[in-house]
Amino acid sequence: MDNQNVERDIKATLKKNWKLFKQSRLGITGLTIVIFFGFLAILQPILFLTNIWDEATYHPVVGYDAEQVARTVVECPDQYPTREYQTKEDCPKVDEVNIRYLKAFNIQVEVGDIYESNVQPAPPSSRHLLGTDSLGRDIFSQIMEGSQVAFLLGLISAIIGVGISTLLGTAAAFYGGKLDTYLMRQSDLVLMLPTLPFLFIISAFAELKVWHLAIVLGTLGGLGGSVITIKSQALQVKVKPFVDSARITGGSKRRIMFSHILPNVAPLALLYMVFSVTGAIASESVLSFLGLLNIDMSWGIMIYLSQTEGFIFTGLKYWWLIVPAGLAVTLLAGGFYLVGRGLDDVFNPRLRRR
Amino acid sequence: MVESLLEVKNLSMHYDTLDGNVDAVKDISFTVKSGESFGLVGESGCGKTSVAMTLLQLQPDNSVITEGSIKLDGKELIGLSENELRKVRWDSVSIVFQGAMNAWNPVVKIGEQIREAMREHYPENSKQQNINKINELFKMVGLDESISERFPHELSGGMKQRAVIALALSCDPKLIIADEPTTALDVVIQDQILNEIKKVQDLLGLSLIYISHDIAVIAEMTDKIAVMYAGSIVEIGPTQEVFKSPKHSYTRALLDSTPSIRGEKKKLRSLDGEPPSLINKIDGCSFSPRCPTPTTQCKNQSIEMRLVKVGDDHFADQCCSGCVKNE
Amino acid sequence: MNKNILEVRNLVKHFEVSKSVFSRNKKIVKAVDGISFDIKAGETLGLVGQSGCGKTTTARSLCLLDPKTSGSVNFFNPDSKNMESIDNIDEDGIRIFRRNMQMIFQDPYESLNPRWTIKDIIKEPLDIHNIGSLSEREDAIVEILRTVGLTPPENYLSRYPHEISGGQRQRVSIARTLVMKPKFVVCDEPTSMLDVSIRISIMDLMLNLAKELEVSYLYITHDLAVARYMCNRIAVMFNGKIVEIGETEELLQNPVHPYTKRLISSIPIPDPTYKRERYKVNFDELDNIISKNPNEKMVDIGGGHLVATHDTKDFLIES
Repeated sequence: MDNQNVERDIKATLKKNWKLFKQSRLGITGLTIVIFFGFLAILQPILFLTNIWDEATYHPVVGYDAEQVARTVVECPDQYPTREYQTKEDCPKVDEVNIRYLKAFNIQVEVGDIYESNVQPAPPSSRHLLGTDSLGRDIFSQIMEGSQVAFLLGLISAIIGVGISTLLGTAAAFYGGKLDTYLMRQSDLVLMLPTLPFLFIISAFAELKVWHLAIVLGTLGGLGGSVITIKSQALQVKVKPFVDSARITGGSKRRIMFSHILPNVAPLALLYMVFSVTGAIASESVLSFLGLLNIDMSWGIMIYLSQTEGFIFTGLKYWWLIVPAGLAVTLLAGGFYLVGRGLDDVFNPRLRRR
Repeated sequence: MVESLLEVKNLSMHYDTLDGNVDAVKDISFTVKSGESFGLVGESGCGKTSVAMTLLQLQPDNSVITEGSIKLDGKELIGLSENELRKVRWDSVSIVFQGAMNAWNPVVKIGEQIREAMREHYPENSKQQNINKINELFKMVGLDESISERFPHELSGGMKQRAVIALALSCDPKLIIADEPTTALDVVIQDQILNEIKKVQDLLGLSLIYISHDIAVIAEMTDKIAVMYAGSIVEIGPTQEVFKSPKHSYTRALLDSTPSIRGEKKKLRSLDGEPPSLINKIDGCSFSPRCPTPTTQCKNQSIEMRLVKVGDDHFADQCCSGCVKNE
Repeated sequence: MNKNILEVRNLVKHFEVSKSVFSRNKKIVKAVDGISFDIKAGETLGLVGQSGCGKTTTARSLCLLDPKTSGSVNFFNPDSKNMESIDNIDEDGIRIFRRNMQMIFQDPYESLNPRWTIKDIIKEPLDIHNIGSLSEREDAIVEILRTVGLTPPENYLSRYPHEISGGQRQRVSIARTLVMKPKFVVCDEPTSMLDVSIRISIMDLMLNLAKELEVSYLYITHDLAVARYMCNRIAVMFNGKIVEIGETEELLQNPVHPYTKRLISSIPIPDPTYKRERYKVNFDELDNIISKNPNEKMVDIGGGHLVATHDTKDFLIES
């Protein structure tokens, strides 16, 4: 009976909060984006398990698929511009191949022939929805793998970060004095610390895997500005009469901190958690882009690869190598941010419209 | 016959919220004559502040006026555009809120803030004219002239609230609405402020609508009172008459539950239950669940709420008009 | 004659306030400046005064929420049947003191932890002091809920504070306070945020419980009318000092100190036919008393009616 009641209460609270969250258009947009990527992340292993996708072809890291494309053999002129080509980069076009290149491999063809060859990267087709990369790997599968990495990294680092900052912030507010001074100076230092250069240095000494990065990012986030915010919230709770009431009764400091203050700081901490996911996802892609992470596949790695292989400078000719990954990073990071904004409406009654 | 300055007829208003419609004001009618003090008394959440806001058309965006009319000096206020309303507010009505003393702009001197309001309404006045008038008003509310050169944080709460009254008077309104103007203040200061309001009202012949939950303050300040419960007026009449022979059970309960420092120390009577939620539609008398002397008629909720005459200029809700037997 | 349950002597609480961020000069605010009073078993003493006069600070010092600056507080230890000073007792003594002393707060919306159920809120004191077995604690909670008029208790146990009304919350506060059967409860304006029609029922409940459970209250309020209804004796406080203390009716009928007089004359009367007279401050009566007792700080003018003399005169200059 008791448990049922509690269950009912939790359901009612959730229902009310959901109702408030629903009011926020930003929050719902964000949630849709997050759910979409969450779906992608889960979909990939299901596709492999059900053998709809065969691992040899579609695996994001070791898969390979060569696509045969018929191309017209042309001879690129020495002088530009010509009637057909504006600059040197325009020749050959995507559906053309330069005869000089083929001659170098001793392939006997004439200008105007149709030459069939493997193309990597291959443009999007029904077989590979977003095409393949320069090694013949499926981009769509890589995006899915990347969203797994993003969720894993974002959530782990957010949980670690928020755990640390909630504990430290509450302790700073509760004990005050020297501990407070120390923690505040520490978070000032961490705030001043340039995070990215710091991460470069770390990656120079140690090979960073995803979960290493999650711990580092989480710790840095947890020691930084959020300690100050959580502390200010905890200070507000600390002077509430119900805390005084527990003190008068003789409640121990531990009881007051863990039973009274922490549960009342938790909603704000949750909010911070959602916001910090955004930061973690962005940091990962920057580090991967610079090639500083030892990760098999992620959105950052995808952009990194297209950059190291020179595709990034070809404009939008090989767009499927860059745009999906870039868009995914932007959307998911933005999605979490928007969910945070929506939750802000729920937890901060002052922001509510009515 | 004295003409009525404000005429409110069948005013109904609800707030549109996530949980449903909150019927804050239900079919309210009253008139305020010029020079009269009208008291609106009721517990928190009974809709008295909603009435005040609606009178000035300052109600929040999610409120909907379903019917009724508010006539100020013969002019209908409902449906006026924001520009026309701005002229009516201040020009003929001004309002003093409960927290008004905290609404001063902290970085502008008090006098400058009052002059700003005056410039808006009397653009032809010279600066010196305005200053003279402010000094006059300050004298009226018991403030020193030098206060106008001070910043809000240099003043105490009581002084700030007096300055608010001076501000409210600065544009020569005919009607002042005071919504719990002394609730946040100490008794001694409350006493002074009440005195200033009364003095100014007599001096300038203003009408006053005084809104409060405190029966004792209402008793001292007003000529006529309306008792509100759950969004409706349940009893309305001359203050002395209502205090002497309350007709509605709720009025009676309010009077019986107010401690006094004068007279015999008597056992106060409490009222069981809680005010009803305004979200759910209430059939019949909204007070009947708490009524100490319910009749079978109102228990069955078969009787509509409507004011009926119970004495000279004294009306009470028909459900309970005969509930109270005066001992 | 009832025994004293609490004796306060020369209680002083000073706060240090730095004048500005950069200045090292500390200004001392004398929030409570040497007050003395006794509370007898089963008695309610009202502490009345304007906001900022130090009444809440007094309460917080008595409840050991903030350490007092100086002065002595003795309480009646029901275990040893002796008056004991709270300054020189051991941990156990403090535990006994805390078990016998509770506080009810003004704001019913802030005084209950919003994330706890009513049951957990009321159970906390029993848990802290480890009173009774778990099932005995449950029984005690149901019992006390019934006592404070929240019936049937089963309906309230698993609810959260935001699901009940202000009056009901204050009843829960009272239940939590009284569940350990304390001998002394400090009430900091417990009804000032409640509606008139609910206020009286809470005050009546507290009065009945005082009789039933033999609790003494220190009842803090700014409203003399409420104090008159609740209290056997009233102490009027001003600027950190008690200016006058006496039996309720005696104090209200024959106030001596100008501040008390002014306070009484400021209270609106719920009777439209009554015309209140404005009191003009004069010191004649007080000066007369001072001239007869030039060396005493508090003068007894009969029947335990005490009036403060010299050091409370300066308030005229301020106001």
